Amino acid sequence: MEIIMSVLIGLLFMAAVYLMLSKSLIRIIIGTGLLSHGAHLLLLTMGGLSGDAPPVVADGVSVADYADPLPQALILTAIVISFAVTSFFLVLAYRAYQELGTDNMDLLRGTEDHE
Amino acid sequence: MSNLLLFPIIIPLIFATVLMIFPKNLKMQRWIAVIGAASTFVAGLFLLAKVQSDGVQAVTLGSWPAPFGISMVSDMLSVLLVLSSSLITLFVVVYSYSTIGIKREQSYYYPAVLFLMTGVNGAFTTGDIFNLFVFVEVLLMASYALIVHGGEKPQLRESIKYLLVNIISSALFVAAVAFLYSVTGTLNMADLAVKIPEIEATGILTVIAVMFLVVFGFKAAIFPLYFWLPGSYHAPPVPILALFGALLTKVGVYAIMRTYTLFFTMNIGFTHELLAIIAILTILAGCVGALAYFDVKKIIIYNIIIAVGVILFGVSQMNEAGIEGSIFYLIHDMLIKAALFFLVGIVAVLFGTTNLRKMGGLIKTYPVLGWSYLVAAFGLAGIPPLSGFPGKLLIVQGGFEGPQFWGSIVILATSLIVLLSVVRIFIYAFWGEPVETVPLKKSSYYQMFTPTVVLVAITVFFGVGAELFMPFISGAGEVLLNPSIYIDAVLKE
Amino acid sequence: MRTNDVMLQTATKVVTFIILLFAVHIFFAGHYTPGGGFVGGLLTTSAIVLLMLAFDMNTVRKILPINYVVMTAVGLLLAVGTAAASIVFDVPFFTHAYDYFDLPLLGETSLHSAMLFDAGVYLVVVGVTMTIIQTIGEDE
Repeated sequence: MEIIMSVLIGLLFMAAVYLMLSKSLIRIIIGTGLLSHGAHLLLLTMGGLSGDAPPVVADGVSVADYADPLPQALILTAIVISFAVTSFFLVLAYRAYQELGTDNMDLLRGTEDHE
Repeated sequence: MSNLLLFPIIIPLIFATVLMIFPKNLKMQRWIAVIGAASTFVAGLFLLAKVQSDGVQAVTLGSWPAPFGISMVSDMLSVLLVLSSSLITLFVVVYSYSTIGIKREQSYYYPAVLFLMTGVNGAFTTGDIFNLFVFVEVLLMASYALIVHGGEKPQLRESIKYLLVNIISSALFVAAVAFLYSVTGTLNMADLAVKIPEIEATGILTVIAVMFLVVFGFKAAIFPLYFWLPGSYHAPPVPILALFGALLTKVGVYAIMRTYTLFFTMNIGFTHELLAIIAILTILAGCVGALAYFDVKKIIIYNIIIAVGVILFGVSQMNEAGIEGSIFYLIHDMLIKAALFFLVGIVAVLFGTTNLRKMGGLIKTYPVLGWSYLVAAFGLAGIPPLSGFPGKLLIVQGGFEGPQFWGSIVILATSLIVLLSVVRIFIYAFWGEPVETVPLKKSSYYQMFTPTVVLVAITVFFGVGAELFMPFISGAGEVLLNPSIYIDAVLKE
Repeated sequence: MRTNDVMLQTATKVVTFIILLFAVHIFFAGHYTPGGGFVGGLLTTSAIVLLMLAFDMNTVRKILPINYVVMTAVGLLLAVGTAAASIVFDVPFFTHAYDYFDLPLLGETSLHSAMLFDAGVYLVVVGVTMTIIQTIGEDE
């Protein structure tokens, strides 16, 4: 299971890097989304995938069978944060597109009074 | 157990929330913002007294036992940083009255500043590495809102890059936390300090330490990760720039300082030497930028990078003089950068441009402004008895006592470049042929100038009265050099 | 651009209430099982967004005359206030309190201070998400 997860995380990171290197702003935003998904999965995998029972105390479950609650809590927090950041990024990209009239990163380079 | 240490985090949060309810009422916005910042500062003072008398304060949220819950820890270093950041926020709020513009003030400017303060104070106080991530994200969210605040074209363009860099570094942060958790099984900083020396596989820990250096390096703008800083910081108006320049990079510096003294100490020969080399390269890169530009904002922005290098070099030496010097220089740099940005902001308003070549002769019309700028510039370069001197002296001494004596020589040499870069502003803007200035109402000039000159006076006092502050500084250094004090305070509640 | 989507509008009139009820269910389920303020808030938002898609923004604003920024602020105050109440009782921040009560109709129910916090989270999530969506959707 860990092997599959590692491959998946690697694929996500790869796709994220590819997308973020493109010129279009919307592809970059999708890339950042994939990047944070990869990081969250990494967190889940590195926390250990053992334990089938949900981490809520129940009768007849031995301690070893519970899943580790900490990575789950961390991922939830990280997901909320990346949700907020991504939505902010979308708003920003939209405003920038309206104001600057382009979503091409090549045209967003430098400042007007280039020294 | 004492909830007092949470007050500098909760107070700005509550004030910011209240401010969100009535954005259009200018008078209320200003007053409540300034009361919020001031009461945070006062809470910080109480906390300082408490830490001074009772030692390191710790509280674990939700009454969980220590390594399982989220610990908040306030040692001398974090209290001092919370105090200085609260002080700077207070000044920035007052300075904003006449510089930021009513339109911005009425669209959630003050709440964003106070949210930023919440994040910064939280990052300085937390004792849990993941909670550090959360607070860093809080302050970053506030900084995203501030950097694009007003929505001018350059701001929109630069904030996209700023956002992208920070999203990538946040993803790396989560990845680094994942690795650390899988190796140690804990994320509580005090618990990490206990567990890490017991782990024999130092190789993987060294890798993780370097990953964290990259993550915090993005925030702190170390070489070669500083590339985003000059462009992004140049875009927003001066009060926001002062806030960013004084506080944001310092959070990264603090995080490196904390992690590299508390628990990433298993392979000092590699990690700390790497840190020292990077610090020196950071200084050199900053110097090149500071000399290359003819833009007043850019010159001071590159001086942020230089200061980050100087502070981190002191940390990398891991001896008493180096660490104490870093702490002193860190606080000095927060204050002096805010003061310099304020001054440069006034100069830019007076000339209506940030280009040095279009300035000149201001000393005839605004002599007090000129001389206070000179004092601040000398303070930045570290001319005795001003506030840059004691810190730099200790860092240089630490370098000579430690393994990288050549670093101290670089720091001494680059002090001259720092001096040159800031005095250049003085020469071009204040001396020479007078250039016509933008007419400015006396009252709004004094509204800008009063907080500035008070802040400059505080930095002078911080330098001249260094002897007064040294007990606090060495108290902070003691905790960094003896992690056992920190560990005992958290785990043996 | 706006077409008269009879099917979407008719379906929305029913589905919105189902989603809202489900949001309430999820919110209270968060007490012991997966769910809670965050998911409940997102569901509520999705219901409102569905309304906006089916009708248009001004109609929805007439139905729900809410200032979402104020809603966020109130939610934050509620959440922070609940957490900060522990300061009054001199226990560490975020310490929760709960007890069992016999309520009419519901029988024995456990009431938990964390639920107030969760209600704050719910308001914040709805407020923030709706603010974002309104910012983008305002100029068509």
